[in-house]
Amino acid sequence: MSTMIKVGMADLKVADFPNALTTLGLGSCVGICLYDPLTKVTGMAHIMLPSSKAIRKNENVAKFADTAIAELVSQMESKGAKKSRFYAKIAGGAQMFSFSSQNDAMKIGERNAEAVRMILKEMGIPIKADETGGNFGRTIEFYSEDGKLLIKTAGKGIKEL
Amino acid sequence: MSDQLNLNNSIVLDVLREIGNIGAGNAATSLAKMIDKKVDMKVPIVNVLEFDEVPEMLGGPENVVCGIFFKIEGDITGSIMFVLDQSSAINLVDLLMPRDNAEFDEFTISALKEIGNILSGAYVSSLSGLTNLKIKISIPALAIDMAGAILSVPAIEFGQMGDSVLIIQNEFIETNASKKVDGYFFLIPDMESYEVLLGSLGVTL
Repeated sequence: MSTMIKVGMADLKVADFPNALTTLGLGSCVGICLYDPLTKVTGMAHIMLPSSKAIRKNENVAKFADTAIAELVSQMESKGAKKSRFYAKIAGGAQMFSFSSQNDAMKIGERNAEAVRMILKEMGIPIKADETGGNFGRTIEFYSEDGKLLIKTAGKGIKEL
Repeated sequence: MSDQLNLNNSIVLDVLREIGNIGAGNAATSLAKMIDKKVDMKVPIVNVLEFDEVPEMLGGPENVVCGIFFKIEGDITGSIMFVLDQSSAINLVDLLMPRDNAEFDEFTISALKEIGNILSGAYVSSLSGLTNLKIKISIPALAIDMAGAILSVPAIEFGQMGDSVLIIQNEFIETNASKKVDGYFFLIPDMESYEVLLGSLGVTL
């Protein structure tokens, strides 16, 4: 029996085969899924902000791209997975509201996605699927059996990556 | 200067609650004038919630809701968002323009933008009157999508300051038709603006 484990906002979880991970209603946040194909250990983080460095109140490591990815890798490795085998699939980073005169604060989704890509690159984790941007919400499900990522949207159907 | 808003500080919370009360009262009055009917309003509920609890108020993260978003400009900067579930959104438009077989169509959307504009404007103008600060709102941006996705916008803004979200819940009821509208306001001044806002009311962070 496999269980679907929920990851909340500013939260991260690691799962073993045959369990799956999900996070519901991603908007400007980014869902980061990591997978080790050999051990089938999976990890998912739902980050809200690009970096913990600019913010003093940063105890919640799952809230920031930099600290969340590091924590996810370390938790997965403690379950016997190896970073050198990891690949990533990412989704979210939408811009839910748009104005003609854009300021930086409004592009937080884009900045989140960019930070995630950069950190994964620094850590040598390849990105196998990148479903970020747009102006709509996404629910994601990540399966430990084969690293399949399912993306559901309101009114735009289901996509498999 | 602190870069952290202490939502556990009871004085700060009381002030924000009062701002919520007065703002919502003013919004209800505007709504009543607009529809030329008596509008009852329950005392707004001001809550400080964890990130995960916020979408639950609107039927869960995947429930489709309507968010109307404005930027705040002037002496303080930030944003204000008005969120409704779909039945409240349709009820609100129906109060203004009763129709048969109301649907979530283009007409509803443009009416909602306008109503959101008037309610949020009333909200902000009462805030402005209270604090003597010049505050105005931008044109509205509207999105209909999963509650989690819509609410990620205020959550991220609050996330820069702490791990909780301040939410002001209003319930408007048009007395005769007994059509209920549950609306949620998120008032999100930028961090520096919180100090200006609270300072203008004699509260120091």
